[in-house]
Amino acid sequence: MVVAAACALPGVFLVLRTMAMMSDAISHAILPGIVVAFFLSGSLSSPLLILGAALTGVLTVVLVELLTRTHLVKEDAAIGLVFPALFSIGVILIARYAGDIHLDIDAVLLGELALVPFDRLIVGGYDLGPRALTIMGGVAVLNALFLVIFYKELKIATFDAALAAALGFLPGVLHYGLMTLVSVTAVAAFDAVGSILVVALMVGPPAAAHLLTDRLDRMMILSVAIGIVGAIGGFWLAHELDASIAGCMTTVVGVCFGAAYLFAPHRGVVAVLRLRRRQRWVFAQKMLTIHLLHHEGLPEADRESRIDHLQGHLQWSPEFAERVVRHSLQNNLVLQQREHLLLTDAGRSLAREAIVQA
Amino acid sequence: MEVLTDYTLRTVALGALLLGAVSGALGSFAVLRKQSLLGDAISHAALPGIAIAFLLTGSKLPLVLMIGAALTGWLATLLVMQVTRNTRIKYDSALALMLSVFFGIGLVLLTVLQKMPYANQAGLDSFLFGQASSLVERDVVTMAFLGGIALVATGVLWKEFKLLSFDTDFGTSLGLPMRRLDITLTTLLVIAIVIGLQTVGVVLMSAMIIAAPAAARQWTDRLGIMVLLAMVFGAVSGVMGALFSAGTSRLPTGPTIVLCVTVIVIVSMVGAPKRGLLWRTVRQWRSGRRLRQSAVLMDLYALAGQHEEHEHPHALAVIEAMHPHTAQLRHKLLALAERGFVVQTGAAEWALTPAGVREAEQLLEGNGEIE
Repeated sequence: MVVAAACALPGVFLVLRTMAMMSDAISHAILPGIVVAFFLSGSLSSPLLILGAALTGVLTVVLVELLTRTHLVKEDAAIGLVFPALFSIGVILIARYAGDIHLDIDAVLLGELALVPFDRLIVGGYDLGPRALTIMGGVAVLNALFLVIFYKELKIATFDAALAAALGFLPGVLHYGLMTLVSVTAVAAFDAVGSILVVALMVGPPAAAHLLTDRLDRMMILSVAIGIVGAIGGFWLAHELDASIAGCMTTVVGVCFGAAYLFAPHRGVVAVLRLRRRQRWVFAQKMLTIHLLHHEGLPEADRESRIDHLQGHLQWSPEFAERVVRHSLQNNLVLQQREHLLLTDAGRSLAREAIVQA
Repeated sequence: MEVLTDYTLRTVALGALLLGAVSGALGSFAVLRKQSLLGDAISHAALPGIAIAFLLTGSKLPLVLMIGAALTGWLATLLVMQVTRNTRIKYDSALALMLSVFFGIGLVLLTVLQKMPYANQAGLDSFLFGQASSLVERDVVTMAFLGGIALVATGVLWKEFKLLSFDTDFGTSLGLPMRRLDITLTTLLVIAIVIGLQTVGVVLMSAMIIAAPAAARQWTDRLGIMVLLAMVFGAVSGVMGALFSAGTSRLPTGPTIVLCVTVIVIVSMVGAPKRGLLWRTVRQWRSGRRLRQSAVLMDLYALAGQHEEHEHPHALAVIEAMHPHTAQLRHKLLALAERGFVVQTGAAEWALTPAGVREAEQLLEGNGEIE
């Protein structure tokens, strides 16, 4: 849960700044940093690990930007070049020098959440609770602090980078600050949940929240909420299926996004389809009134205003024409006199408006 | 050569060669179309497909698993396209989301599988990181078969794919079914990725798609040459990686291949003619020098303009006064003399030659604002 909250916060900005794939890159690329820090410190619980990983994360970002700036490759290719290379170095280091100790690639990639409670942080004889929880809590607080303090700056830099630069906000510094945050979060989180889940938790909830709201503050709150739902739901699912917790959480986050994708008000697929259908009828009614207005008072009006003529003239199918006429009658746009249609005042003004707009 | 005699090594090297060549060819299109990271998404999304294929058939035949992998990889790609088309979620977010969600589902399935009473499910997780040493002849035959299909299809639809990569609108205006071609090309990419999974694994497969084409791109501006080069680079790094990892103990094949191809990329970026960083620096330095020499030439021309004839000599000090910031004026004059534009007429006196006058006049016509 704490992990979910901590990941969702910086994730919001990644999604909005079209840098979602950076989370994937960073979460893979920090591996060599962790390995090197492990060799230096000799233990898996050393804070050096987080430092090393955070440094490699920032290194990844810097390398990607350097590559992109040469214009030899595009940004996506640059990301795709840097992180597999770093990850490969990490894997080779582990395989060659750390084969016999407990630093498993599987664990790094997939995480082992179930073990977390047993790994307790003991400081000066006091049990401070599960170690990962404490670290994650710290990171979550750090993320929240960073975002609260630089909320305005981040907001402007995200939506209008030029304005931010003009106001002297140093977008570069903010950018690297955010990226450092992403790496620290990724390190702290993947200790517990593995690097793939980090990506899911960073990108999934904000993407879903992005469909649900237009406001940045609400989007952040919603992301955290969805992340937590994903965490709890995933934990429950994993318990039921006796399967990988990280995998289940990811799945639930995916389901949450799917639901938002389909059913979000205004932006969901269902809502958009309904809107399109409604617009089709509105448009058809406008067509009808314009057609009638066009021929009103002219000699051919008698022929043009016949209901069965509509099919040929506007190329509507008989059923469609019938439904449009029924809707128009209901909306008091036209009057029916035997087979002829007459415009009402409302219909006339609608048609005039539509013509002016066109 | 050891490669020709040792059976395992030969199989692995052959597999890596195939994989490098096929992914290089199809990756070229992905890189050009800014879809490099699609490969990453597809390879992650293939995982649930492998698990489902095994769950349904209980077989570990490479073809069966590869078909499963291809199906889910393909499904993920379609979903990414749908989400980006229908909502304001951007391409990168959609990609990252599908990648992680499909991978998560795959993980769940794998862990469920492990609890099942099968004896032979072991080895499925070799798809995660790849295990080139586990390749047997059957795998390589399957890879060759699928890769061959992908390459032949690319050859047949070459012109169409070229249009798709560079000018989709023109293709549409010619009446070609661009959307269907898009899906076909993506399907071929999926095949290329799937055949590599067993060798280099899910995580590193994306590098195979991107790196060789990115390196090839530096050497040429022509698509045909680029694809061929990418295939060669991919194949070479595949074989080299296989050999290195076989020659050294505890050196996993997948990452070694990736590092080999990364080295090729770095060399290409620095050393490739025209685009390479080295050449670019040299070129910039050269054109900068040319420009500074031209400035001195123009000064001489302007000074001479105050006299009857353009070839009127001027003292070094006078020329220096025109351009107080010009360092090493003598060097520039000497360089200009070498090009035949000026001539030394006295101890510290220089004059334009007729050729120098013509050059200055041409420069003036070319960019009149220099005066």
